[in-house]
Amino acid sequence: MAEISSYTINFGPQHPAAHGVLRLVLEMDGETVRRADPHIGLLHRATEKLAESKPYNQSIGYMDRLDYVSMMCNEHAYVLAIEKLLGVTPPIRAQYIRVMFDEITRILNHLMWLGAHGLDVGAMTVFLYAFKERENLMDCYEAVSGARMHATYYRPGGVYRDLPARMPQYQASHARSQKDLDRLNSDRQGSLLDFIDAFCERFPQSIDEFEALLTDNRIWKQRLVDVAVVSPERAIQMGFAGPMLRGSGVEWDLRKMQPYEVYDRMDFDVPVGRNGDCYDRYLVRIEEMRQSVRIIKQCVDWLRHNDGPVTIDDHKIVPPSREEMKDDMESLIHHFKLFTEGYCPPEGEAYAAVEAPKGEFGAYIVSDGANKPYRLKLRPPGYTHLAAMDEMVSGHMLADVVTVMGTMDIVFGEIDR
Amino acid sequence: MPASTDQLCQRVRGRLGDRVAGLSVALNEVTLEVHPDDLFAAMRDLRDAEGLAFNQLMDIAGVDYAAYGDDEWITDDATASGYSRGVDGFSTPRLGLTGIYGVQEIQSNTGRRFAAVYHLQSLTLNHRLRVRCFAADDDFPVLDSVVAIWEAANWFEREAFDLFGLIFDGHPDLRRILTDYGFVGHPFRKDFPLIGNVEVRYDEERGRVVYEPVTLEPRVLVPRVIRKDNRYVDPESAQEA
Repeated sequence: MAEISSYTINFGPQHPAAHGVLRLVLEMDGETVRRADPHIGLLHRATEKLAESKPYNQSIGYMDRLDYVSMMCNEHAYVLAIEKLLGVTPPIRAQYIRVMFDEITRILNHLMWLGAHGLDVGAMTVFLYAFKERENLMDCYEAVSGARMHATYYRPGGVYRDLPARMPQYQASHARSQKDLDRLNSDRQGSLLDFIDAFCERFPQSIDEFEALLTDNRIWKQRLVDVAVVSPERAIQMGFAGPMLRGSGVEWDLRKMQPYEVYDRMDFDVPVGRNGDCYDRYLVRIEEMRQSVRIIKQCVDWLRHNDGPVTIDDHKIVPPSREEMKDDMESLIHHFKLFTEGYCPPEGEAYAAVEAPKGEFGAYIVSDGANKPYRLKLRPPGYTHLAAMDEMVSGHMLADVVTVMGTMDIVFGEIDR
Repeated sequence: MPASTDQLCQRVRGRLGDRVAGLSVALNEVTLEVHPDDLFAAMRDLRDAEGLAFNQLMDIAGVDYAAYGDDEWITDDATASGYSRGVDGFSTPRLGLTGIYGVQEIQSNTGRRFAAVYHLQSLTLNHRLRVRCFAADDDFPVLDSVVAIWEAANWFEREAFDLFGLIFDGHPDLRRILTDYGFVGHPFRKDFPLIGNVEVRYDEERGRVVYEPVTLEPRVLVPRVIRKDNRYVDPESAQEA
């Protein structure tokens, strides 16, 4: 009888560590992975094709659903590309708001990643800690847009509306005692900026708590150190971006190198790893959260002292206010035309990229002068990372596959689109 | 400090010479067009040449130009004649070019229908370049694979193959990637209907999932309109933005 030297196993698509719907076909030699072949597309919704059949503004909401843990960053790339085509620049206050929410989104994403990564590797507690903090940031999303996740807050020409002067509070209910209510509402007495400021004050201590649980944890280090080492040359060759690239020691951050909005006015550092293993990528992301807090503080400070419009004053692109619309015939026409037809950017093409929490998220729009994009191509960072799965896990043990998946920060909304 | 677009154009021209089939700057982005025969050699030069050093491939986008510039509402002489009351029926730009609801067969073979658009970036020199390459034959679009130059191209080329039917010659493993196992057609082509061709459900009697012709009615909520009116765009400020 012939001796079977290798066998194949199916990992996912319904596996808690598959981060959604990845089907991974693993060719095993004993417990060692010889080859990994990710089968993706189970969440493919043809977002790009759908966008071709809708006016530009109606697709912003789809962007939230791509990388559904870093919603506003996706919107940002799409909106930037449209603005580039239209040749408009949002007002400075809107740019600060966008930067602030980009960083809030980064923390939101990294908390999700930290929780899921910890859970994959076996640390339950950090998941609960991370989700507790995430709740506050989702409240910020809700305060500005009314939605906790799918905000559709960024619009071509600015943001949907200015920051609320009053942070929404918890209501009394039979399920909540007065004491709990007071505690929950204690930092919601002022404006949204006060709330964010309070969050920035206490969040670094929370990061310290996460680190106390993991950074020197023996099991955590055994599972992460020297696992899936990627050299800087290979990282560049395979198209890595964001923390995956920086973890390998390449100092590259679009916020520094090709600054958009007001990132050039921000004071922050870019953490870089040294060994290119899972542990370095963990450290990079942890430090990124601390840097994000720094950026948010600077934005809060500026936004407190500088008032101004948050959208451009061009009603061909941005709808007039409700009051104006009911008062003024021309505004009514603008409103009607904008919502029934949209705007027609000039013929041309534009690529805009932002440093999303996972790496470079790009939007490439081809316009033939119509009110709908002729072609929209999104560049999801996770796509190239997952493509490197085979190289990163080959030669590692089966249990390391889970670690690698965690370190890649995979979200299938963006990979499958 | 990244090179200006003019400098970059000069370098690209100096290095690629005759292989430049088109070079343009718009919205502060440089777009290079190359002939499919030169694609591989040109791309290798773009990566290796000093002063260009595009060491990272960010993206490959397939594009189907078959319906480029089609709209369903003629607006040019609307001022004199007034608008029609709306748009109805199955028109080409409304529901795609062919397929079950399409009305127009694509017959001409222009060699300008399918293109792959590459977005390159240099991490050392901090500049970007867009490269467009049209496939020579519309019926059987083939381009050279660049996987040997940038490994990141692997999945992007599989995606362009899956969604547009672009064949990449020299790709090590050109399989479908995003669509279902056994999927027929290339869904992002302009002649593929938005509603698709088949729908899927679980059949109780046969005890398995079955595929059936799609029963959705195609619909368009907002007509596609091209307006030349771009008063608010100042070409010079667009250059800076």
